Amino acid sequence: MVTGSLAAPASTPPGGLAGLERAWSRLVRVPRTDGVGRTWHILDNQIEGARLTVLCVHGNPSWSYLFRNLVRQAPDGVRVIAVDQLEMGFSERSGGVRRLATRVDDLCELTEELGLDGPIVTVAHDWGGPISLGWAQRHLDQLSGVVLMNTAVHQPEGSPAPSLIRLTRSRPMLQNVTVRTTSFIKGALAMSRPRPSAEVQSGFLAPYLTADRRHAIAEFVADIPLDPEHPSANALDRIAADLDLLQDVPTLLLWGSKDKVFSDLYLHDLGHRLPHANVHRYPKAGHFVSEDVDAVGAIIDWLGILNDQAAVRAVGDDHPSTLLNMHGELGDKLAIAELMGAAESIPFSQFAGLVEATAAGLAGVGVLPGDRVALMVPPGVDLAVSLYACWRAGAVIVLIDSGLGPTGMSAAIKAADPAYLVGIPKALAAAKAMRWPGCRISTSPLAAPQRRALRVIADLASLRAAPGVLADPPQSTDLAAVVFTSGSTGPSKGVVYRHGQIEAQRDALVELYGITTDDRLVAAFAPFALFGPAMGLSSVVPNMNVAAPGSLTAVALGDAVVVADATMVFASPAAWANVVRTADDLTDAHRAAFGGVRIVLSAGAPVRPALLRAAANLFPKATAHTPYGMTECLPVASIGLTEIEAATGGDGVCVGQPLANVDVQIRRLDALGHAAGELTSEPGVLGEVVVRAAHARTGYDRLWHTEFVASQPSGSHSTGDVGHLDELGRLWIGGRLSDVISSIDGPVAPVRLEQAIESIEGVALAAVVGVGPAGIQQFVAVIEPIEPPRNPRLAGLDAIDAIRQVGSDIVAVFEVPRLPVDRRHNSKIDRTRVAAWASRTLAGGRLRKL
Amino acid sequence: MNVLVTGASSMIGQHLVARLVVRGDVVTTLQRNAVDQPGQSVTQVLGSITDRAAVERACAGQDAVVHLAAKVGVTGTWGEYQQINVDGTALLIELALTAGVSAFVHVSSPAVAHAGAALVGAAAEPADPSATRGHYATSKAMAELLALDATSEAMPIVAIRPHLVWGPGDTQLVGRIVDKARQGRLALVGSGAALIDTTFVDNAADALVAGVDRAHELGGQALVVSNGEPRTVHEVVARIVAAAGIEWSPRHVPAQVAKRGGSVAEQIWHRTGRTDDPPMTSFLAEQLSTAHWFDQRSTRAALQWQPSITLDEGFARLAAWFAGGTSR
Repeated sequence: MVTGSLAAPASTPPGGLAGLERAWSRLVRVPRTDGVGRTWHILDNQIEGARLTVLCVHGNPSWSYLFRNLVRQAPDGVRVIAVDQLEMGFSERSGGVRRLATRVDDLCELTEELGLDGPIVTVAHDWGGPISLGWAQRHLDQLSGVVLMNTAVHQPEGSPAPSLIRLTRSRPMLQNVTVRTTSFIKGALAMSRPRPSAEVQSGFLAPYLTADRRHAIAEFVADIPLDPEHPSANALDRIAADLDLLQDVPTLLLWGSKDKVFSDLYLHDLGHRLPHANVHRYPKAGHFVSEDVDAVGAIIDWLGILNDQAAVRAVGDDHPSTLLNMHGELGDKLAIAELMGAAESIPFSQFAGLVEATAAGLAGVGVLPGDRVALMVPPGVDLAVSLYACWRAGAVIVLIDSGLGPTGMSAAIKAADPAYLVGIPKALAAAKAMRWPGCRISTSPLAAPQRRALRVIADLASLRAAPGVLADPPQSTDLAAVVFTSGSTGPSKGVVYRHGQIEAQRDALVELYGITTDDRLVAAFAPFALFGPAMGLSSVVPNMNVAAPGSLTAVALGDAVVVADATMVFASPAAWANVVRTADDLTDAHRAAFGGVRIVLSAGAPVRPALLRAAANLFPKATAHTPYGMTECLPVASIGLTEIEAATGGDGVCVGQPLANVDVQIRRLDALGHAAGELTSEPGVLGEVVVRAAHARTGYDRLWHTEFVASQPSGSHSTGDVGHLDELGRLWIGGRLSDVISSIDGPVAPVRLEQAIESIEGVALAAVVGVGPAGIQQFVAVIEPIEPPRNPRLAGLDAIDAIRQVGSDIVAVFEVPRLPVDRRHNSKIDRTRVAAWASRTLAGGRLRKL
Repeated sequence: MNVLVTGASSMIGQHLVARLVVRGDVVTTLQRNAVDQPGQSVTQVLGSITDRAAVERACAGQDAVVHLAAKVGVTGTWGEYQQINVDGTALLIELALTAGVSAFVHVSSPAVAHAGAALVGAAAEPADPSATRGHYATSKAMAELLALDATSEAMPIVAIRPHLVWGPGDTQLVGRIVDKARQGRLALVGSGAALIDTTFVDNAADALVAGVDRAHELGGQALVVSNGEPRTVHEVVARIVAAAGIEWSPRHVPAQVAKRGGSVAEQIWHRTGRTDDPPMTSFLAEQLSTAHWFDQRSTRAALQWQPSITLDEGFARLAAWFAGGTSR
């Protein structure tokens, strides 16, 4: 086994490697190994009497350097040991070949030699994963947790990785790439995003500078079992099978999704094998996930709650989901109607039957309880039927806002990884073109060639004709939905709901607006259309392009009000704006029907009081309201138009009293505007709005760390909005936390200043942003005048003077043709983008387009 | 207190002397030419900062020194800049220490630490002659380094760097802008959107007085002084022109063109030996097209000083001065 020429003793790393302390390095001789004794190089912070030990195992091509930040940031009382596997890093080169089973034995012998007898969490990356799992399975008594990053225990079907590995392994490729040159290490590092600094790359290369030191890199690649005859295949299959032993062990999977080898397929494979795992998928990170993002921060936060893992979050009592009460008793009452294309309508008497038959059909094509089904169907009859059928079949629906655009939708659906996708033909074509996951089900019957081209397995009608056996309906604690909405900034997150939370949301809305089964709703705002059937409420979707709410005309709304004989009308501000704009086209019949409406609601984005007033004026007997909330918790509060008009003196927009069962607190900001302080309900304190409610989200899908950070204290939701409570207990919103201006006088929310500027004659829209370093940021106003200029320009002295009348600290004023707003609601200003533009320009850049 | 002010004939020097006299200090000035200062009991020592005998005479019996004298501008040889700004400062420090001076305020410039890059809420970085551009900034950087290096228990030295000082009677910034506007030749370099700090002259003078009073705590430190109200170049220029009562609508010269034009002008001036300042220099072009504003928190805390005249008030005073009023 020993070939003398390649043998070399262990050593400690040279000094000066970026991020590494020499004091962490130890050489440990294990006399048992190979019968002759082998020496390891390990990093060890050597904490005495540690309450927990973290054992870190690297993969190939890497060494303990990968865990330098974890060693450095180790929490108090936590010992971190990161090993260099034998033949790797600075550990001994025996010159022999070490296979998977040997490496597991090696590690067991090392920890025995080290005398590690307390609780241990393993942390592993790449092919360190199976080795750490093999160790873990032999140390269940002291195993407290398992952390895995971009690794595998099995080659999932459809992965291109085996062919990549085969290519690398083909001689002479293997020797050339891995041993004779440093290309394998450099190539692996080059997949990091962003590319690591030159210093860090040198750190990774340090133990592998000469060909004789890289010998084991090739051996490692050669030891990956790709077929059952491989010498390590049995060992790996055994480790995969024994994952059953870890079902009660807290597990964290951290994944860089841009990994060319260990792609999302491997994450999903491990996710199915370890269904209890906490998962955080970093969509933009690559193979070396802990180099690309703060995976170390996630590990440390996760270690902090290891002991609370058993405490399952309270999700309310467990009962059969009441969302599936389809109100068949309402008989001929209209359940849902849509006025788009071939207008369709269904009475309650038929709705429950349709849902049941469709659910049975879903079961017939293989949909199991817990499976994810993406619904890419516009609001209307098909969506309502599909959605309730999925719930009846126990499936988890995935809803993706088309306002995200093709790229955003693609990212969302790849993150959610649904097993099935129900869509209109246009969505199915997009799914094929962009290789979205999920077996495809069409809403409408397709001709055979198209069906084959799109690889569609069924349509809603054919489903009903081929029923399968339905399981019991889901419980309130079962997962119900993953919802991706278009935020104004940043990538969309999948918000996870259980049935119980959606029940609570339904009940909150019913109570808030006094909804009864006598009500009839025109729903131009999609989310509310979905609740109709579960509330026993007639819902009518007007003829509009739901992806563009601004397309709703007064006549289309009027037609829907007539058809529904509506008592309630819900729409978003952009829709209301167009309705008001086109109100002259309304007929007497429309106006007469408007007289029967009792509640007008604007939802989805902040609404200007003047617009809500103009909308309300179309409905002589209605009161107008607007709820405040977000995808994660809606509604938080609600306010009537007259109260909005009377509310003065606060900082920002008054969104009303929080609902009775919603707890609203304010997290104080520090001097730099970070939400770092304690929670308070004291009036007048500006800070991040933190809510807690029975209808708030469960969490974020495969974003464990994001969810953890946004859920402090446990069970609450940090909204990312800033605001304050007033003496009357009402909530005021001043903007987004990320838009807070960190001025020399402390943090300032932008909305109050923006409103003051918008009250100046000639100003249509204003954004106030900060430029400069936190703590001394200067205020800059960027305005869209009612008569906008053709290109961005600096405001003249008169305009500056007028604006300083309302905001004396504003240092510069720009006039632009158009402020950037979100594509769905056309109203949320992207202040992050405005701030970046203003910063560049005020630094002396050219006055480019915003 | 007996205070020596060198370079007292400048706008800021005159404001400083007036303040010191009003509060009861006994002021001596050192400058090359006599200045008419009616009603002020100031001892004027005439001579160059490089003249050992004159400097010795001026330092005699002083408690504090404010060192304003410097060769400014872009014309002249490196030798002249070095002699006046570097050697002159060394000489003054040496003789002030010998004379028993116990507080020394070295007036410097933000240009000693920076060249090229935009300064956005910047701190007062250490002077760096190798990073400066032009003889003036390089020599001032060397002077500040040697001054701060010479700080001692006996004579603490603090460097104060006022940024773009202006006010009624200013010939540098205000004078040039107004002259060009009157000739119809005023154009902004680039978009005019660069955010810059400026300092109204009264505030700069107050800061120097505070420097004299706090030198014992601040030895070895460099502090940037400004009004702490950044404005776009466009607004500063427009307000100055408006104060002078001139009609003006902005024209723009691309920043690169202005920098190149400035370099050419400097070379022509250099080759022809002209001693007046050219209309545009590459340094000025850069100053007017990149952000220059500063974090004033540490300056204000260190000096226990706040600007007493806001920019708005400053522009009002400027307008009154142009209108022939009494306010300076």
